[in-house]
Amino acid sequence: MYIADSRLPAASAAAPAPGPGRSARIAPTVLALGTVSLITDVSSEMVTAVLPLYLVTVLGVSPLGFGLLDGVFNGASATLRMLGGLLGDRGGGRHKAVATVGYGLSALCRPALLLVRTAPLIGLVLAVDRVGKGLRTAPRDAMISLAAPPERRGRAFGVHRAMDTAGALTGPLLAFLVLRSAPGGYHAVFTVSSYVAALGVLVLVLLVPGRSLRSAPPVPGGRPRPGELLRLPALRRITGCATLLGLATVSDSFVYLLLQRRLELPTAWFPLLPLGTAGVYLLLAVPFGAIADRIGRRRMFVLGHVALLAGYGLLLARPGSGAPLAAAVLVLHGLFYAATDGVLAAAAAEAVPERRRGAGLALVGTGQAAGRFACSVAVGALWTRWGDTVALAVMTAVLAAAVAAAAHLPAPAKEGPA
Amino acid sequence: MTPRRRLALLLTAVAVLVAAGTWTVLHAAAEARGGHRTGAAPPARTGTVTLGPHPDGARLVFRSMTWGPQRDRLAAVPLDAPGSTRTVAAPVCLRFHAAAGTGICLQAVHGVLEDHYRAVVLDADLNEQRHYDLAGIPTRARVSPSGRLVAWTVFVGGDSYAGTDFSTRTTILDTRTWTVQDNLETYTVTLEGHPYRAADTNVWGVTFADDRHFYATLAGGGRTWLVAGDAVGHTLTTLHGNVECPSLSPDGTRIAYKKRVPGLPDDAPWRLYVLDLATLAETPTAEERTMDDQALWLDDRTLAYALPGDEGSDLWRVPADGTGSPALLAAAALAPAVVR
Repeated sequence: MYIADSRLPAASAAAPAPGPGRSARIAPTVLALGTVSLITDVSSEMVTAVLPLYLVTVLGVSPLGFGLLDGVFNGASATLRMLGGLLGDRGGGRHKAVATVGYGLSALCRPALLLVRTAPLIGLVLAVDRVGKGLRTAPRDAMISLAAPPERRGRAFGVHRAMDTAGALTGPLLAFLVLRSAPGGYHAVFTVSSYVAALGVLVLVLLVPGRSLRSAPPVPGGRPRPGELLRLPALRRITGCATLLGLATVSDSFVYLLLQRRLELPTAWFPLLPLGTAGVYLLLAVPFGAIADRIGRRRMFVLGHVALLAGYGLLLARPGSGAPLAAAVLVLHGLFYAATDGVLAAAAAEAVPERRRGAGLALVGTGQAAGRFACSVAVGALWTRWGDTVALAVMTAVLAAAVAAAAHLPAPAKEGPA
Repeated sequence: MTPRRRLALLLTAVAVLVAAGTWTVLHAAAEARGGHRTGAAPPARTGTVTLGPHPDGARLVFRSMTWGPQRDRLAAVPLDAPGSTRTVAAPVCLRFHAAAGTGICLQAVHGVLEDHYRAVVLDADLNEQRHYDLAGIPTRARVSPSGRLVAWTVFVGGDSYAGTDFSTRTTILDTRTWTVQDNLETYTVTLEGHPYRAADTNVWGVTFADDRHFYATLAGGGRTWLVAGDAVGHTLTTLHGNVECPSLSPDGTRIAYKKRVPGLPDDAPWRLYVLDLATLAETPTAEERTMDDQALWLDDRTLAYALPGDEGSDLWRVPADGTGSPALLAAAALAPAVVR
């Protein structure tokens, strides 16, 4: 256990050093936020893993009943991310307060699951959970970027994302261990998930330092506006780059569906495909973040999309069959996430002044999400009209063009350390 | 607060939460081992259950929901005395249906770290004939009146954070040739008279007319339809809107179904309706609670369906012509089939 407050010398002495010399350089705040994300993901994925089973076997209802709510709240989540960023930047860095509200809201959703017994109400609880997620994402990333020295930001985000993914992979295991001990004990899963979520909020409150701006004084009359952000050339460029590449990024569910259909995998494998991507991501997020710090984050971001392009290409050409090809595509998909997810946040942090950090990160994230949403709509339409081969071929071509364009954008003056 | 006190507070909280979590799991484990539930569980004894003709007449076979060792096992009662002592057999099923000596049992296979699911085809003596791995969580199962064709629907869950993006996959199996049609979404769809293709369609809840023709739900673009299906021609044709989980009457003239009724609260959107296939006239049944099940015709006049109950689910019955009132058919039961 450690205290994540750099002003306290006694605390850093208590910090664990699992790797000689290396891990000690990761800011305690980053580790604390990574721990919060890990714990929160354990809690939320416990519920996600057993919810369909609970609905079908205990309540006897069909999950389709609340599947319809999903689309409505996806849009709201992107808007809330911007709001979370703007609110977090106010008064010189209220990131922790906004993040606490976000994590707290999601934590309250767990015990709520013990009370609701119909599918639409459960859908509503999940929607509130997403509101919490939308609010907390930007202030959390702002805190990570402010806590890490600029030359090690890629690795800091890599550490955070790896911890986050470790939690996401642990949650379902914990849920099934509870169900193994207590068959049919879904309420026990929800109760334990509530405790885990409460612990996540407590770690945030106790171990993450309150004011995340180290130097900048509160902005006089500072009400951050998105318009002001768009006047930053470096941020404009990176938002454009993320949106452009997002436009060519097929959503995960389409990737898994394409994999299963085009490679004719047994349907029983379908639920396992996301684990392949997550496993590779977990292993490579930290090393890729560190490499990005050395070779330049934008270059890493573009290289990640080259890996994705290779994955699309393999799916399109099918130079083999079945399991080996599926494994290759999943490795490339995991590589893509490891090279882009945290790296984009690290690169974006470079382009925004500290007092606008939350809103700036939210803007880049929202641009990317908007691009991916548009891509999903386009792929759906292409698939419907001309089938999956044409849809995939078009997206491969668009991605190749987007990668080429992103690679040839004039480098901003303040690219990461060379 | 000093770092030392923060650390002490956190460690205390971890200890309390670990203790509370352990107690929760141990308590739930004790509950699952049985006997804690109050209220009179239906009387039961273990014995032989057959899916073939029975000397004492028609039986109702279903998944027993009573807590304890009989939870999830197949149980049978005489159709004319559903409250009498149950005969409980060995197979464990989440969903079940049977006709003419063929049974389909959708079950969970408990792994160490994860469950997976499979469809088991049973013969009249409940012996496994074949089994098939499933891509998701089982929800609907039906056998054609002759016992030759079997259909099932599973939910394929979203993998995203707090994902609510479910889709279904419906499979038809021919038990004579063991031919599997893995996904009915590949059928040619005619929607309101026009050819229709979309990646986001879902098909679920097959109910067979014979060994070629069936009815099912088709969903796309946020709407649902009753479709007539052809398992040989591989076509689906919409007949009527706002129909989910159809169930064809034994005489083949009517469909019982879940209708999403406008003006009802979001947490209770469905009512049990009956559609006349000749006139497309809709009749609401006397059941006024929300119903989320594929109904079963006990005969040409009576519907059975599951509603939430003390032990998860009870079976209820109501006249199909809109008269009368609902009555309890069997407590602590789910997924029934009439075996004659």
